[in-house]
Amino acid sequence: MNRVYLDHAATTKPDQRVLEAMLAVYKEDWGNPSSIYLEGQQARRWIDQSRDRCAALLEVESDELLFTSGGTESDNAAIRGVAFAQRELGLGTHIVTSQIEHHAVLHAVEQLEKEGFEATYLPVDEQGIIQMDTLADSIREDTILLSLMLANNEVGSLQPVQNAAEVAREKNPHIVIHSDAVQGVGAVDIRPSVLNVDLLTLAGHKFYGPKGIGLLYIRQGTPWEPFVLGGGQEKERRGGTENVAGIVGFAVAFDLALREVEKKNTEIQKLRNRLLYEIPELVPDTVITGPVDPALRLPNNFSCCFRNVEGESVLLSLDMIEVAASSGSACTTGALEPSHVLTAMGVDNDLAHSSLRLTLGNETTNDEIEYILEKLPSIIERLRALAPDLS
Amino acid sequence: MIYLDHAATSPLRKEALECMRPFLESNFGNPSGHYEIGKIAQLAVDQARLTVATCLGARPQEILFTSGGTESINSALLGIGQAMHRAGSGNHIITTAIEHHAGLHASLWLEELGYTVTYLDCDSSGKVNMDALKKALRPDTILVSIMLANNEVGSIQPIAEISELLKTSSIKHGHRILLHTDAVQAPEWLSVNTKHLGVDALSLSAHKFGGPKGVGILFLKRGTPFRPLLVGGGQEMQKRAGTENVAGIVGTATALEIANRGASERSKRIGELRNRLREGIEQKINGSYTNSQAVDTLPNILNVSFEEIESDELVARLDEKGIATSTGSACSNALWEPSHVLLAMGVPIRRASSSIRFSLGDDTTLQDIEHVLKVLSEEIQLARLKRTDA
Repeated sequence: MNRVYLDHAATTKPDQRVLEAMLAVYKEDWGNPSSIYLEGQQARRWIDQSRDRCAALLEVESDELLFTSGGTESDNAAIRGVAFAQRELGLGTHIVTSQIEHHAVLHAVEQLEKEGFEATYLPVDEQGIIQMDTLADSIREDTILLSLMLANNEVGSLQPVQNAAEVAREKNPHIVIHSDAVQGVGAVDIRPSVLNVDLLTLAGHKFYGPKGIGLLYIRQGTPWEPFVLGGGQEKERRGGTENVAGIVGFAVAFDLALREVEKKNTEIQKLRNRLLYEIPELVPDTVITGPVDPALRLPNNFSCCFRNVEGESVLLSLDMIEVAASSGSACTTGALEPSHVLTAMGVDNDLAHSSLRLTLGNETTNDEIEYILEKLPSIIERLRALAPDLS
Repeated sequence: MIYLDHAATSPLRKEALECMRPFLESNFGNPSGHYEIGKIAQLAVDQARLTVATCLGARPQEILFTSGGTESINSALLGIGQAMHRAGSGNHIITTAIEHHAGLHASLWLEELGYTVTYLDCDSSGKVNMDALKKALRPDTILVSIMLANNEVGSIQPIAEISELLKTSSIKHGHRILLHTDAVQAPEWLSVNTKHLGVDALSLSAHKFGGPKGVGILFLKRGTPFRPLLVGGGQEMQKRAGTENVAGIVGTATALEIANRGASERSKRIGELRNRLREGIEQKINGSYTNSQAVDTLPNILNVSFEEIESDELVARLDEKGIATSTGSACSNALWEPSHVLLAMGVPIRRASSSIRFSLGDDTTLQDIEHVLKVLSEEIQLARLKRTDA
């Protein structure tokens, strides 16, 4: 068996067509897009075309899109940018988000709390989904921003962003709504008009594009201040020489992700469902985390906890049999604290330490899933036999 | 095509691209992943960090990878400024009027947040006056940010000397005054050894030294107070969140090593070509004024003004003849106004509006320069004739 890569929520392998587009830029069109001579203008055209392509796919205007260095920068820029601009307008200092956001959102909000803003972190139910009445109660007259992720990176739960936006706007017409859609591309409809959001975060490397490039959609007229300051690039909204090859790669990947979406999702979901339904049957004391209803869950996400097993040792055992998996968010791997997402869902600490996340991708095969289903039960059994009885 | 705009960007070095490719292709893992391809990526980032640290005379833990020069400079100014302020050391910052916009705009932002910023002028050679710096220092000064080499005229600032001055002042004022330098233009031509320069922070941009666009370096000396700009995951020792641009980082390290290794030989070789360009212009073209000094200047930059010429017209004319040059900083080209650097040097507006910048690169040849001299004098003659006719 070749290496089995089941950590697509952490990152994905750039598509060959993405690479080819990028290599052409790296080799030929390396000019600075701000330069007025030919080489610069070629680079400028690449950026313009890529932006137009992304805008068309999102059904937004090109000048509503900003290329950034990745999902983290987009999230940080969205949250800080809106918070400061809204406060400047005298609209308030209260921010609402959820307890299960990615750290790029959570830490940005926590940082703002130290700078005089107030925050409410919405709880989630045991499936990892916010409750609409809790949300409605949290929105105040001085609430300036709601940031809600579209799909959770650890347990795959889909948030009712569209409903939430409606409820929030009804309670406070000045509220600005941001959604971190890093995990949703290719799986969920992410068009801002459908989601009814003012800002949207995307990261290229999560959908077979390159690392180091992200997108931030900012609806025209949204109060927002720039985050990275310098030259007049990105219409004065983001200083810094543009990562031309990255931008081109992003657009190609985005195009592929949205155009080839339906077929792949059905196939991926079918494979994922085998894990979702068969692992609990094969491994005693498996607790599925996140929604069991496929309609409420990313089609490629499987996550669970195995009672009385150390999650880390499961990952090591899987790595030894050539399987790449994760205990949750890649960014917190190595941290000793249990996942904040699982904790928010009410999973106790012991159980949270035994979490496993398998995230499928375009190249995942039925053979690979068979392999997991064949190997995983004995791994868990062996680890349980080795572990002291914690119960 | 003759490319004489290396200060705007330089071609990606083949060696850098070769090193990048595996990390765009098979070794695509997330460095935070606890499995083989994650570890391969982490190892590559670690190795790149070590290479960069060696080039900068620093420890690996002192090197952060960012998304570019602008982010590095923003992070240094905002990050150190805010951390020092929070520690109660003061809120006064000193910088120069000739910094890149990434520095100037970050300073303006700090002013909006309530900080006091002093913008030092420079003399006609584009150098900061040490006495003016001494006078600007106050008991509440926390940070000095001065670029190592200017991107428009190439003037080199005496950073090591400034570092010594700040050390003395720090003792006098009873707290540290930290020093950041924007060294974006330097690595291909000068030593960027942070120990020799005596800096607490230093910013670099990969695409200025043959690396890819979208990657920068921030050196932060151990113990430097710092508040991260990008927050999220625990990457880059909790100082810069976001999944690492592994391929970009690997390409950056390769390019920096090459740039650094050949710097003195390259400086000598290209400096001679630049001098030939200067002499040629002085000999062949009437009404030319050199805005770059002969000494203490990057060996690859020549900024010249031509009487009765509009900068952008000349750049366009040269472009048509296959020669890429610039009116100054690439980043301000969209909104064209006379260079803030030339104005700060006391160059009259008219002369500033007729300036162009030649920035040579590793691959520039004597034939290129001779050809440019020929085309340049023809085009200037034509432009002046057209002007007289009109």
